[in-house]
Amino acid sequence: MAQYAIELHGLTKRFGAVVANDGIDLNVRKGEILALLGENGSGKTTLMNMLSGIYQPDAGEIYLAGKKVNIRSPQEAISLGIGMVHQHFKLVDVFTARQNIMLGAGAHLRIQPEQLCEQFGFHLDLNKKIYDMSVSEKQTVEIIKVLSRGADLLILDEPTAVLTPQEITTLFEILRKMRSEGHAVIIITHKLDEVLAVSDRVTVLHKGKSVATVNTAETDEYALTSLMVGHAVDLNIQRAEASVGSELLDVHALNVFRADGSQALKDVSFTLSAGEILGVAGVAGSGQKELCESIAGLHPIAGGSILMENKRIDGLTPREIINRGVSMSFIPEDRLGMGLAGGLSLYDNLLLKTYRDQKGVFLRRRQAKDEAVQMVKELEISTPSISTQVRKLSGGNVQKVLLGRELNANPRVLITAYPVRGLDINSSMTIYHLLNEQKKKGVGVLFIGEDLDVLLSLCDRILVLCNGRVSAIVNSKYATKELLGLKMTGAWEHDDEEDDYA
Amino acid sequence: MSTFLAFLYAAVLSGVPLLYGTLGEIITEKAGHLNLGVEGMMYMGAAFAFMGGYISGSPVVALLFAIGAGVLGALIYAFLTITLKANQNVSGLALTTFGTGVANFLGTSLQKSSVSVVVVPASVVNVFKPLDMGFLSDLPVVGQLIFSHSLFTYLAVALAIGMHLYLNKTHCGLNLRAIGENPGAADAAGVNVTLYKYVHLLVGGAICGLGGAYISLVTCAGNWQQDCVSGQGWIAVALVIFVSWKPAKALWGAFFFGALRILKLYVPASVISLPSAFYLMLPFAVTCVVLVLSSIRMRRENQAPAACGVNYFREER
Repeated sequence: MAQYAIELHGLTKRFGAVVANDGIDLNVRKGEILALLGENGSGKTTLMNMLSGIYQPDAGEIYLAGKKVNIRSPQEAISLGIGMVHQHFKLVDVFTARQNIMLGAGAHLRIQPEQLCEQFGFHLDLNKKIYDMSVSEKQTVEIIKVLSRGADLLILDEPTAVLTPQEITTLFEILRKMRSEGHAVIIITHKLDEVLAVSDRVTVLHKGKSVATVNTAETDEYALTSLMVGHAVDLNIQRAEASVGSELLDVHALNVFRADGSQALKDVSFTLSAGEILGVAGVAGSGQKELCESIAGLHPIAGGSILMENKRIDGLTPREIINRGVSMSFIPEDRLGMGLAGGLSLYDNLLLKTYRDQKGVFLRRRQAKDEAVQMVKELEISTPSISTQVRKLSGGNVQKVLLGRELNANPRVLITAYPVRGLDINSSMTIYHLLNEQKKKGVGVLFIGEDLDVLLSLCDRILVLCNGRVSAIVNSKYATKELLGLKMTGAWEHDDEEDDYA
Repeated sequence: MSTFLAFLYAAVLSGVPLLYGTLGEIITEKAGHLNLGVEGMMYMGAAFAFMGGYISGSPVVALLFAIGAGVLGALIYAFLTITLKANQNVSGLALTTFGTGVANFLGTSLQKSSVSVVVVPASVVNVFKPLDMGFLSDLPVVGQLIFSHSLFTYLAVALAIGMHLYLNKTHCGLNLRAIGENPGAADAAGVNVTLYKYVHLLVGGAICGLGGAYISLVTCAGNWQQDCVSGQGWIAVALVIFVSWKPAKALWGAFFFGALRILKLYVPASVISLPSAFYLMLPFAVTCVVLVLSSIRMRRENQAPAACGVNYFREER
């Protein structure tokens, strides 16, 4: 039998009545990259949290280099050489990179960070504060942090979710370098192209069970998807054909400042027409949030104008803007943060938007309840009942409620930010379908997205934000991922400037 | 000139208990816990120092009693908030109510237990009287300002400097600050979050207890006075914000607030005649202003530890 770096036998973890992991088997060799593939809620992160000592398994065994181990705390995981790079980085914002790397290790770093930077070719200023860093730099800090403790098994949880295509390429090169130096690497993801690009083997999780382990070279996207989802799925996002109508929204030279005084948007101009989906691409924090909020009247604007059907709407209250037919659904990272009240029931959340249309002092819930029942049916929301508190629903269902409520208002312009954030393939397809339906009805959709593939196949045009500026507006039929990536990071612009000086 | 010197000297005297309270609360908040029980822990420290000194006649026992009382108060709070994950605000407020009640009950009961006056023996009180350092104390100006204070004052200054070095220069200090900012990050990096929290919360309680001991042994000169702490613990909580969680800055902050508290006695009525209620109000009014001003400060480093007030639960989903 081959010597495995790590082997799991029948690992099981329950949260109350929910079985998150059910008898999972998995193994990784030294010098191998294993992809752990599965939909959201299939138990990938739970499994890895057991390996890194954050959760305790209820049953099952873990063998490290052939020896049985119990991992009772992150401390023990580290001393066993297991290093985890979490999806939501575990970094202290006000510390420098070096302080974060030193954290918890005291004077006992096995390998100095400078040495690692040289060995793997990381470009990082170790004295830079985390809050000044880009997402990709933060990830580099995390990787150096685990390597400096001498980790030889590296687990990366959704490492590419927030990176640009160029940054992903760099990350994969680093992973391959680790593989060639004899590290074992587990990469958790639900993006199939990345699995195929970087891994040697794939283990697929479905509903908490490990359903298959296959060699990457012997499989393809379709086979993996049907394993992951449990049935065959059409992966192609259709761009609905609709006739583009008159101009609805006209944003002109918009300038917006954040509360801390920094400029969020600089001279942003674009138009949105009826029957069109305009995508917005950009690195996280490029001004997407401020753009949505400015249009919805939630954020003061410092200059420029916003016109809805040739009438200015900047300066109006959010309520008046909604009455003009502009509707926004913003899905923040914690999903519940904006738009829904977690402690209220599904139908009370619908009421939040419509109670003003009622007369008198007392609420009438009848209509909201009917709407809720219909929405649950149409959007296939899985909930015990319409009186369930919204925060008890899973992420995907919460997002469907949020989007569904905005659609109920029959908007003329729909602003939707990260509507598929964290959703599995099936739920994502439902949402894309909903947006296409809206487009066919003649609604103008502003779609703030993360996944460039999705933006390219769903949107008619794509606006690229880079540091609050519009760096490009392209027709998605003729654009590529690489072009968008360059425009997002401003690398393109930079090259031009250097040419000027040359 | 001499009046002004006397004013500065008195400001230090009245600032010392604030400094203890502030330092105790800083180290607690750096561990991510907002303990509103400072007032209660100071009360307990005051009552137990009084009791310990009275019973034993030993200054060491008096101090150990005060430290023990502060630790006991902090332990109740720590068990509730760290182990049982109870709400920090409610637990802290309960500790203040509890400490105030316990202290006033014990102090008053002790006074009534004997027909003669119950007072801490002079052998204890004298130890904490202003020191005479020979020629140093006789120097002009600095002699009075720097070289003739109580042991308590020098200990508080040493604590502030020591805490500054601990937080900023040691590995343990780095780990502690990380816990206050992002306990999840510290945990994932292999820091024992629960242990760190317990140790530092108890140390914070001990320091607050010492502040209470100062009040009963120095301010009240060994007598028990009902309601002797009277809001100083609350000023300390606000001071933590005023000095932006920095022990070194707490030195100046505490003495500044100490000055505000005794200003009334040093402004001659012939110059400005203000009702005494104004002076009583002054520290609290300045606290309000400070809270407003500090909430508009921009720099990330000057703000509260990001996870302060939020209990940490590793397996939270």
